[in-house]
Amino acid sequence: MSINLQALSAQLLVGLINGSFYALLSLGLAVIFGMLNIINFAHGAVYMMGAFAAYFLLNFAGIGYWPALILAPLAVGIFGMILERTMLQWIASLDHLYGLLLTFGLALIIQGVFQNYFGSSGLPYAIPDALKGGMNLGFMFLPIYRGWVVVFSLVVCIATWYLIERTRLGANLRAATENPTLVRAFGINVPRMITLTYGLGVGLAALAGVLSAPINQVRPLMGADLIIVVFAVVVIGGMGSIMGSIITGFALGIVEGLTKYFYPEASNTVVFVLMVLVLLVKPSGLTGRAA
Amino acid sequence: MKKSVSALMLGSALLLGAVTQGLAQDKVVKIGSLSDQSGLYSDVGGPGSTLAAQMAVEDSGLLTKGWKIDVISGDHQNKPDIGSNIARQWFDIDKVDVIVDVPNSGVALAVNNIIKEKNAVFLNSGAGTSDLTNAQCSPNTIHWTYDTFMLANGTGTALIKAGGNSWFFLTADYAFGAALERDTTAAVTANGGKVAGGVKHPLNTSDFSSFLLQAQASKAKVIGLANAGGDTSNAIKQASEFGIIQGGQKLAALLMFITDVHAIGLPVAQGLSFTETFYWDMNDQSRAFSKRFQERIRNKQVPTMSQAGVYSSLIHYFKALEALGGNPHDGAKVVAKMKEMPTDDALFGKGSIQPNGRKIHPAYLFEVKKPAESKGPWDYYKTVATIPAEEAFTPLAKSTCALLKK
Repeated sequence: MSINLQALSAQLLVGLINGSFYALLSLGLAVIFGMLNIINFAHGAVYMMGAFAAYFLLNFAGIGYWPALILAPLAVGIFGMILERTMLQWIASLDHLYGLLLTFGLALIIQGVFQNYFGSSGLPYAIPDALKGGMNLGFMFLPIYRGWVVVFSLVVCIATWYLIERTRLGANLRAATENPTLVRAFGINVPRMITLTYGLGVGLAALAGVLSAPINQVRPLMGADLIIVVFAVVVIGGMGSIMGSIITGFALGIVEGLTKYFYPEASNTVVFVLMVLVLLVKPSGLTGRAA
Repeated sequence: MKKSVSALMLGSALLLGAVTQGLAQDKVVKIGSLSDQSGLYSDVGGPGSTLAAQMAVEDSGLLTKGWKIDVISGDHQNKPDIGSNIARQWFDIDKVDVIVDVPNSGVALAVNNIIKEKNAVFLNSGAGTSDLTNAQCSPNTIHWTYDTFMLANGTGTALIKAGGNSWFFLTADYAFGAALERDTTAAVTANGGKVAGGVKHPLNTSDFSSFLLQAQASKAKVIGLANAGGDTSNAIKQASEFGIIQGGQKLAALLMFITDVHAIGLPVAQGLSFTETFYWDMNDQSRAFSKRFQERIRNKQVPTMSQAGVYSSLIHYFKALEALGGNPHDGAKVVAKMKEMPTDDALFGKGSIQPNGRKIHPAYLFEVKKPAESKGPWDYYKTVATIPAEEAFTPLAKSTCALLKK
């Protein structure tokens, strides 16, 4: 196959767009794992709930895309916090496996409920008027909405990284993960902080769901299809590493985009091939610290 | 070892049971609705097909005449090995007589062989591949609702006549996609068009932008979507995002179901044309059936053509059983009787079954309405052309089915 430079740059850009979803989702997973030590298998389900929340807001309350960008993650974040308070906190001290199984079960229940009421084909959600149309970049036609997704998720990713790695609040949080008893002694309410962090991670997933609603169908299985890839992203980047998950998310989006150009049949598997390679060479992930 | 001995004993006991049952003609029927119950085709078939089967049982009137008819359902998850396992279990343990629906051509072809081996009945409604009545045809199989030849012939020919003489394919990478691309390519070249290229995408893809960009770069006049269900709706939605229609290229959704149009929404789907053999709003009978169906289905959808086909095929199956005076539990015998009798039911009207197992009835070229033309939810299609039953499907002279060479 001859390599066409124009087509190649177009595929790179498309890869970057998909990468921004991977980044947002794996970031939420990394935050939850890093701070709570929970492997959150319900992440795909809450991503789907974010998209559905946007759909409900529009169709039942007449609330459009822009408010939904805040309201939907907030609502789903609160749902996440309830889950954390009522279920997850009781198994925090147990092995990772318990958290994984519990969240996996929750994901199946949530998906099943949505599927029961909405079927599998999904529901339409229109692109907001302000972001309709596209521009001709010379090498490709870029839908404005997709450009917005890349820029917006990049901003959110960096803001989250800054919050956790560079602020006082983040420092407290990281300290609480290291030694909760000591941090408590300083008068900080650790359980509440943990709950809020889970809410933040879940909210990030819901935000990705709202962003993807106009591109993909709002479908009960939209998260299930994505979550496995996102887990691979997290494993490649290194469990719990904030910056690692952001960079790997974008990078894998690009790798996948290139595969779709050169050998489309393998585009579903390339991420997992990479995961195997990384696990063989550096089991803690590209940016992870050895356990 | 102990396990295999007991398995052997169980196996022979079952075999004995099957033999004794095979001899007797009774009034007991077991229907297995094998479908994708939770994945991308579950709105097209899935629980709706099980409901359609149930409704056919109720409407057949056989229950009041002392027949005992059960419907069970299974989830093949779009995997041929899982579908085959369920089918074997149904025949060996549950004593199923007939399997209906089975969307996903890969699964359908696998199950087709098992049904022939077990001498049961296969009334396929959900799968597309025209191989079921050509190279892979079987005396136990009737392919009821639609096939890739019909889709290619209906939509492909119509688009070429409208000036779309160069094509680029986005093809789902499995048996159905390959068959649909093959049959459409044949229709395109037969009408003087050419195929500029194509790309194969994995089944159940959520992001089509890479593939659409390649299609855009090909400059072909028509982009043929040789895929189905969620794949088709995602591709169409994203094609509109990437300005493909505005750029002058036309999309050919080779297989669309009403649930796909509902999922995409009229603002994006308007103007698309495609071929189907059933639409809920065709006449009083189809409307009455759809109303009853909608009241009972969990997500309140109207029946798709696959689900309508499950109903229609079972109604005819019951007529054949009644004509035979009972259930002989001999698939080939029942299918032969079904082929003998002309078909006539509320949803597909009058038709017939060809010797290769192809059920024929008219096909319709539909166009999706503009949002302003639609009176409400599910009011989506207008009929552009009706293709008579004799022209809609593979001409018998061209069928490669071995059953015809006797």
